[in-house]
Amino acid sequence: MDPSTWFYAISLIKILVVFGVLMTTLAYLQWVERKVIAHIQVRPGPYFVGPHGLLQPLADVIKLITKEDLLPPYVNKPLYLAAPFIAVSMALLSISVIPFGPEIDVFGYHTYMQLTDLNIGVLFVLAASSVGVYGVALAGWSSNNKYALLGALRSSAQMISYELPLSLTIAAPLLISNTLSLRKLVETQGGNPAHAGTLWNWNLFHGWQWIGFLVFLISAFAETNRIPFDLAEAENELVAGFHTEYSSMKFASFFMAEYANMITVSAMAVLLFLGGWVAPWPAEYGSGLVPVAVFALAGLIAVYHGLHPARRRDRFSLPAAGLVFLFIAAAFLAPFTQSWLLPLFWFCAKTGAILFAFIWVRGTLPRFRYDQLMGFAWKYLFPVAIVNLLATGLGVALFG
Amino acid sequence: MPNSYTDVYFPVLVQALIAMATAAGLLAVSFLLGKRVRNRVKDMPYESGIVPTGDARHRFSVKFYLVAMLFIVFDMEAIFLYPWVVVYRELNSEMKMFPFVEMAVFVFLILAGFFYIWKKGALDWATSDVAERKR
Repeated sequence: MDPSTWFYAISLIKILVVFGVLMTTLAYLQWVERKVIAHIQVRPGPYFVGPHGLLQPLADVIKLITKEDLLPPYVNKPLYLAAPFIAVSMALLSISVIPFGPEIDVFGYHTYMQLTDLNIGVLFVLAASSVGVYGVALAGWSSNNKYALLGALRSSAQMISYELPLSLTIAAPLLISNTLSLRKLVETQGGNPAHAGTLWNWNLFHGWQWIGFLVFLISAFAETNRIPFDLAEAENELVAGFHTEYSSMKFASFFMAEYANMITVSAMAVLLFLGGWVAPWPAEYGSGLVPVAVFALAGLIAVYHGLHPARRRDRFSLPAAGLVFLFIAAAFLAPFTQSWLLPLFWFCAKTGAILFAFIWVRGTLPRFRYDQLMGFAWKYLFPVAIVNLLATGLGVALFG
Repeated sequence: MPNSYTDVYFPVLVQALIAMATAAGLLAVSFLLGKRVRNRVKDMPYESGIVPTGDARHRFSVKFYLVAMLFIVFDMEAIFLYPWVVVYRELNSEMKMFPFVEMAVFVFLILAGFFYIWKKGALDWATSDVAERKR
């Protein structure tokens, strides 16, 4: 086969793999969220569908698609149907520019661990997330329901307000790295093997950039309508906000979009500030052994608890899970996996840590009042973000 | 390796198609599989069990329009900063400090406008406690 046929074939395979992984992650993120919040509140969480509720997402999907699909007579039908469509398709689109790892060789073919490397990758992600606002705004307006309209208005005002500090803080790491391509962004943070990476090359530790990181995270929480900024669906005043009139899978579409946006924004935080797939310290000092240690420990703990089961049902499920973990640990030791599995591990670990922070905050903080929410975006985050950008510019001009 | 412009955007196109197919599929599958029982009460807008009066096509607070306008003004400025950010190091190596000073002037002008609308009270969502006490 000639090179261009190879290119299209490899691209299609990559897209299918990434899409499959993304959809699985979306389903299980919900499970992880319910489990983590349950444990924060000292209760077991989903427990009965499969071992430790692991099949709960599947059960939820089956339940949702067999629910009644209401199309109320008073709604604006085209927009009512377009809203969840826009929300989901825009949320799933951003993944196409997110890089997961360095360049690798697959059967002698040289390729990126990324669907495509746009030279305007950052702008692409911002644009897709901006169009996603239409999903929320149209859903609320077309529903012709007072609660939905109020929820949508609040939510769109909130999302556009927080988009300002978000885009201004994104500009600061771009200024340090001097590129809009997400791949080059990581390479300037030490992903390039030429200058072996350590923690201190990350944009987070460049000057006072952690302030920018905090502003980014806060704005990201607001952009994805997560607690403490989930004013759009404040149950005690607005029933369910903009998706009050939606049922069955249309209702679930908005949640899917929210979780997909969470994943995208966490990946963006990792790429912009936390060095992407770069290990925190060079492999010569044993950073390659961290995943082995983590998975081996998890496997041993699971096997131990399986041999001393607290409940009868744990007797088979825990050792099985433990063996899977031990197998993964062994996979990290194999020489041919080093070049791609280790970067993938670090990328997923960092993204996972930020996703965990999303869930942790949901289990910890109460909701904002609306005037405080808007005031916070305009009077605190916006000035801080713009001063941060100028200070970064000054720092780069003076110290390089 | 992609070697042309079309190649670079090919995965984006495929991903867009897959994303749209997924979104449409989700809408279609529940339409096909869900059962349908209609009655008069189910066809009313949900307002916590109270019979709704009128529809939701009302006027809403002008503050939402204000936020939208301010967003457009300041987001435009953020977009102006992006090209500057990408070529910053390059410009800096040619002209010492000039790109920084240039943009500092621009940001200063924007911030002047920002503090003006702040003092005018455009950023206060509700009447603030301070203003209330002064009255």
